[in-house]
Amino acid sequence: MNRLSAVLRRLPCTSPLRHFATGAAKASVANTRPIYLDMQATSPTDPRVLDAMLPLMTWEHGNPHSRTHQYGWEAEKSVEVAREQIAKLIGAADPKEIIFTSGATEANNTAIKGVARFYKSTKKHIITTQTEHKCVLDSCRVLQDEGFDVTYLPVKQNGLIDLEQLEAAIRPDTALVSIMTVNNEIGVIQPIAEIGALCRSKKVFFHTDAAQALGKIPLNVNDMNIDLMSLSGHKVYGPRGIGALYVRRRPRVRLEPLITGGGQERGLRSGTVPAGLCVGFGEACRVAQEELEYDSKRIKMLSNRLIEGITSKVTHVIRNGDPVASYPGCVNLSFAYVEGESLLMALKDIALSSGSACTSASLEPSYVLRAIGADDETAHSSIRFGIGRFTTVEEIDFVVQRVVERVGRLREMSPLWEMVQDGIDLKTIQWTQH
Amino acid sequence: MHSVECRNTFFLLFLLRNAKLLLSLQVIDHYENPRNVGSLPKSDPNVGTGVVGAPACGDVMKLQILVNEETGEIQEVKFKTFGCGSAIASSSFATEKIKGMKVWDAKGVKNTDIAKELSLPPVKLHCSMLAEDAIKSAVKDWETKRAARLGGKAAPLPGQPKDEVHV
Repeated sequence: MNRLSAVLRRLPCTSPLRHFATGAAKASVANTRPIYLDMQATSPTDPRVLDAMLPLMTWEHGNPHSRTHQYGWEAEKSVEVAREQIAKLIGAADPKEIIFTSGATEANNTAIKGVARFYKSTKKHIITTQTEHKCVLDSCRVLQDEGFDVTYLPVKQNGLIDLEQLEAAIRPDTALVSIMTVNNEIGVIQPIAEIGALCRSKKVFFHTDAAQALGKIPLNVNDMNIDLMSLSGHKVYGPRGIGALYVRRRPRVRLEPLITGGGQERGLRSGTVPAGLCVGFGEACRVAQEELEYDSKRIKMLSNRLIEGITSKVTHVIRNGDPVASYPGCVNLSFAYVEGESLLMALKDIALSSGSACTSASLEPSYVLRAIGADDETAHSSIRFGIGRFTTVEEIDFVVQRVVERVGRLREMSPLWEMVQDGIDLKTIQWTQH
Repeated sequence: MHSVECRNTFFLLFLLRNAKLLLSLQVIDHYENPRNVGSLPKSDPNVGTGVVGAPACGDVMKLQILVNEETGEIQEVKFKTFGCGSAIASSSFATEKIKGMKVWDAKGVKNTDIAKELSLPPVKLHCSMLAEDAIKSAVKDWETKRAARLGGKAAPLPGQPKDEVHV
């Protein structure tokens, strides 16, 4: 931190980075800006990560692929250390199995399109689930246009897949199964080890999008029989703009690259590797490994405090997704009879995200909530609370108090709440569809 | 106090930019301080109730009017809305607009008037349409009630245009 502080002291006093140097970060930031509870969208960069990155963003500016001078060698060494740190966190045997990408979206695209296209002469089928991230679903749609067959597995009401259904869906020409580890909207954890074992026994490649799981739950690509894994830097308190794809070497997974050129990253992802971002991602993984146990306990405690605080004072609150097989830092609650977007507006001093996609022109609620069979009213009423490493007890208590107060106020304004209080069953009403 | 308000505005702009919407200050004002929230007795013969929208679409609006039997003036308006900020603002604005109007004039309020006044963005235009429908639906309910009560003897109210008389 000393080196960082030295740099920060030279910054103009208006620089936001000064907060780190003065130690005033908490007090002044918390007083002027909303409480950040949107960790699934992105997480704040850990100061330790920034500290590790600064040298590479300034004087160690070499291109890691330059073989002819010290600048290049230094940068390459730093990138390789980062690769090892990432490999260690996911239990990969060989750091060479880590391919740096621009983020999890690129990693997902590379994995799904790459494997399918490489094996297209013999395999024509992909299996995924209905609750995947948009970039997985969209990659599959592109492959459908190219003539591949895609099975979108449904999920149970708790958001988890049915292993028997998966087994039944696997065909002799199935190239890849892609199922995410932790869902970004409802936080459920799929039975990855079981899926991995099943895929291995059927000799099908298994890809998992672990962007929301990395550093949050223990992961081991060998124990879990994972062949490809997508990772993201900024969901694990690292920098935005960097991600990685784990590609197994034994048994070897082959894929066609999306980006071709200089042949960097084993020819799977050409383009100069951003050394500073890689080092930040590596450091974030090192810190995550160190803090995993402590963070897990703390986030679990905060999560329970939030859920109990809200449900003890507000009725008709539904938690979306399995309450046990889920990451506690992602709490998706539906406040029945209150519309999600208006609640977000009412909670303007908290940075949150609605599970509902009402902010876009379409009036469709979230496809993930649809897939778990949520009612229309429930799907339109959901809010996602993302708790992270830097969330405090005071912040959670403030959020609970605000939510209780604002949901109450909006329910007083809600005709649906009034009908329910009068004992009217909303399902019996003939609504005028607009 | 001044700084607190500035800060609130900043929060809102911050949030709304995230929502890819820039709502006007009128919308924010009506959303934060909604006018005429509440309910009127549904069974009152002079109260007209309109409920429009559907939970599936994410918007339900209930608008009630209390009409003076002698003059046809809307004396009281109340609303309750399940929906986004713009839906709440549209209904709040609609109640203010029609309060004191003659009931037959209220039917003429157009969604474009509401949308224009609140500067609703295109994706929120349906909120103003819902508010227009809610007004029409409430007036219709009142007319139906009155016609049922008075039978064929429903005389035109003073000032009511001839073609508006429902027999």
